[in-house]
Amino acid sequence: MAESVFAPWNDPEAKPLIQFKGVTKRFGDFTAIDDLTQNIYEREFFALLGPSGCGKTTLMRMLAGFEEPTEGQILLNGVDIGHVPPNKRAVNMMFQSYALFPHLSVYDNIAFGLRREKKPKDEIHARVKEMLRLTRLDRFAQRKPHQISGGQRQRVALARSLAKAPKLLLLDEPLGALDKKLREETQFELMDIQEKTGTTFIIVTHDQEEAMTVASRVAVMDEGRIVQVATPDVIYEAPNSVYVADFIGDVNLIRGTARARPTDTPPETVAKPEPEPKPAPAPRETASAPAPERAAPQPNTLGRALHDKLLSPIFGKWLEDEPRRLPPPTAPEAPRAAAPETTAPSPQPQDIPPGGLEIDWSEGQAAIIAANGDPALDGEKVVLALRPEKLGIAKTRPQAPNTLKGKVIDIAYLGNISTYHVEIEGGVMVKAQAANTRRIARRDITWEDEVWLSFTATAGVVLKDE
Amino acid sequence: MRRAVLIAVPYLWLLALFLVPFIIVLKISLSDIALARPPYAPQLDLNEGWAGIRAFFAGLDFENFTFLTTDDLYWKAYLSSVRIAAVATLCTLLVGYPIAYGMARAPHEWRPTLLMLVILPFWTSFLIRVYSWIGILSTEGVLNQFLMGIGLIGEPLTILNTNTAVYIGIVYTYLPFMILPIYSALEKMDESLLEAAEDLGSSRLAAFWLVTIPLSRNGIVAGCFLVFIPSIGEFVIPSLLGGSDTLMIGKVLWEEFFSNRDWPVASAVAVVLLLILIIPIVLFQRSEEKAREAGR
Amino acid sequence: MRRFSWFNATSLTLGFAFLYLPMILLVVYSFNESRLVTVWAGFSTKWYGELLQNEEFLDAAWVTLKVAFFSSTIATVLGTMAAYVMIRAGRFPGRTLFSGMIYAPLVMPEVITGLSLLLLFIGIGLDRGVLTVVLAHTTFSMCYVSVVVSSRLSTFDQALEEAALDLGASPFESFTLITLPIIAPAVISGWLLAFTLSLDDLVIASFTTGPGATTLPIKVFSAVRLGVSPEINALSTLLISIVTVGVITASLVSKRAAVQRRREEQAAQRTA
Repeated sequence: MAESVFAPWNDPEAKPLIQFKGVTKRFGDFTAIDDLTQNIYEREFFALLGPSGCGKTTLMRMLAGFEEPTEGQILLNGVDIGHVPPNKRAVNMMFQSYALFPHLSVYDNIAFGLRREKKPKDEIHARVKEMLRLTRLDRFAQRKPHQISGGQRQRVALARSLAKAPKLLLLDEPLGALDKKLREETQFELMDIQEKTGTTFIIVTHDQEEAMTVASRVAVMDEGRIVQVATPDVIYEAPNSVYVADFIGDVNLIRGTARARPTDTPPETVAKPEPEPKPAPAPRETASAPAPERAAPQPNTLGRALHDKLLSPIFGKWLEDEPRRLPPPTAPEAPRAAAPETTAPSPQPQDIPPGGLEIDWSEGQAAIIAANGDPALDGEKVVLALRPEKLGIAKTRPQAPNTLKGKVIDIAYLGNISTYHVEIEGGVMVKAQAANTRRIARRDITWEDEVWLSFTATAGVVLKDE
Repeated sequence: MRRAVLIAVPYLWLLALFLVPFIIVLKISLSDIALARPPYAPQLDLNEGWAGIRAFFAGLDFENFTFLTTDDLYWKAYLSSVRIAAVATLCTLLVGYPIAYGMARAPHEWRPTLLMLVILPFWTSFLIRVYSWIGILSTEGVLNQFLMGIGLIGEPLTILNTNTAVYIGIVYTYLPFMILPIYSALEKMDESLLEAAEDLGSSRLAAFWLVTIPLSRNGIVAGCFLVFIPSIGEFVIPSLLGGSDTLMIGKVLWEEFFSNRDWPVASAVAVVLLLILIIPIVLFQRSEEKAREAGR
Repeated sequence: MRRFSWFNATSLTLGFAFLYLPMILLVVYSFNESRLVTVWAGFSTKWYGELLQNEEFLDAAWVTLKVAFFSSTIATVLGTMAAYVMIRAGRFPGRTLFSGMIYAPLVMPEVITGLSLLLLFIGIGLDRGVLTVVLAHTTFSMCYVSVVVSSRLSTFDQALEEAALDLGASPFESFTLITLPIIAPAVISGWLLAFTLSLDDLVIASFTTGPGATTLPIKVFSAVRLGVSPEINALSTLLISIVTVGVITASLVSKRAAVQRRREEQAAQRTA
């Protein structure tokens, strides 16, 4: 097991900081949290992600002590805290609205919690100073909350909640009130502070990009349940359900019927390069093929997640697509005119690994080959989840395991990339993304063009249709 | 535990000093006048146990309420109170709307000052504000002197001690109650709506009728209730400005109690007054709820 | 730049003339030499002198201030508690009755409130005097206080209290250190309102008062029943001046605070 990677959830010896044991929370008839069991480890940056009303806020409020579980236990370091009032637990929270006390100065806001502990004055002073330095607020200590900017307020809220050195810090949509640019900067700051202080962070957010950027693990929630918990890259690359695939990022969902493909070699070799769609047992999660391969400069999981989510869309799909050792993108068969758009490498047909599934998705169309599909799904209704950046687009048919012919309906120019909305035969709309490596004038795919979409045999994830 | 104390203190206070007194009024309204201290019967005598309680309840009847219906004075007083309150409310609306409108359309930097000018009388003694009209409306008062001075009238007008003076008093003292809700409704109104109406071909007057009035409806309704409800039970204004023939139920109740010392009838008058007031109060609450829902 | 339209200027002028002329006349005639209201006999301040030598008025004023101070203070405490209960205590048995009792006195005719309290005091054998007036005034003005405070509380970000608890404050500390300082302006307004209502009240005080507890409004009422009196004019002028100075000062102070605050907020955004 790789010791260098931070992954206590894979270590059977690791003692969790937080344990939810069969926790249920009901408000009258409404079940906000439904029999939830989950461990969270020390020094983790754990993100609860989901649409509003999925129960993530209730979960957090139960950790803070503002709600009591109806059933089950919440353990902090092995002690049940389910019914301990909020002012008596070593858990602090950073509120969505920041909840800075408007009549107190920045200094007094940060000192508030320390003063409640009746600590000696000089100790409080030293700790507040430390917090001010950590959050770069030294100059603003005597200001009132309305005398500082939104970004500074956010840092005061963080400093205040960290001042008591809680075992666990809860962040409720901490960056929601900031504009996009400031939010991105602050995400890095948060990660930095989390690493410096070694505090366990649980962040609640509905912003998947934010969750993917900061978190060591992401829990996707829906209707009071955790649907999937995994590192950001696994959540993105190997969602375990259509819900997760659809919630995280952009995705094409192609529905069809699965048919097992003949296996020449033992199926294990097939399963290896791509992780299983199910919440995989530990070793496979960390070993999820693309991540270490990408040789990202980031030192930890957070950095890697960031890289996955922020950098990879910027650079298009080269970083994502796994057969990097293959010949350069311009396959000899592809005409030069189409080359700029054909950013996807066209793997040779003989590279298609054996095994997996074929998906019949439309009458009269060639079945889609999904070599990483689970043969057990044979005969089932399935959905192929295909990220737009994993699709190549070209005017002529490239050599690829899977090709789809279609017509460009719409082009969304996003600056660094363009998204092509293509209606493929059978009436299904598919999105494909390509990096804009050339200036607009040099690109030749336009509205109404007949195009070919191509993708590898392992580009998609086969999920059971719900 | 703390929560229980927090709830209990104001709760018990209100029970003891609001609900219990009202139940006593209800009880006395069912009793009979007696030459005793206190001047009503029956008295509840708990020393006699059950028999005492039974005797007490047997002594209660609706005689006083029957009396209220047979004596002209009372139902005329109720009717006249409602009529005076209604007319005065209408007058207040007619006086208050233009002021509220003018304030809402005033330059922005003027509005706080104008608002303060409306609120200021509200902090000034009610009694003094009513009193100030005695010197103006009396036969040899400022108004008559002025009107005779400019030769508009030859004989002084009798205004003080008539219903007219009561109307003026109500309009004057309750005017801020009318202006404030209308102003806040009008101020929220988007003025481009009027421009849109004119752009679509309606005249200024039509735009006012079709856009401004309906949009300030909530303010108008609230203002009218805020003036109408307290006017019905008004005592100070009719007794200072009204005449001997000004019938208002608050004054009748006062006299029944202090002059005639008929506590049971005074209590019965109070109970009926409250029953009458329940109608506008419930209507007011309904319209407020509706307005709040619509505002969401 | 917006201007007053002709119509609006006229209606505002007439409207404010209507609101203020009677009071201005009172002030003017309080300086009239003559006892007769209608004849201007020259400038004089003698009525002020007479007023200040009138023991009865001074006694009544003292009683009124005492009553107003105690009733408004108790009413502020009770009204704030009631507001807190209404907004924060959630459900409890009898909540509907409670909210009914809080709002009913606002629309209850004063004659009924006065009558019912008087009958209660007689029923329990409480001697009427300053105490009964204070009890009566507290009861109806606490409802006004609770309306003022609860409207402030309902816009109060509850996360502030949660944050205080989260940082280790007890519920009581969270109220005294966080909630109370923030809603203080509303509580003070509530107190001022209760104080004014008590100063002003004639009807309820008339019902519930007893020997030795004649309040100023009762005194004024019995004096003006017989017609205009120059001493009352002088008294009115004093009261009107106090209120005017108070209201104008308050609005200037709050306006300056608002301007200052806006400036600071803008400065904070610029330096960000």
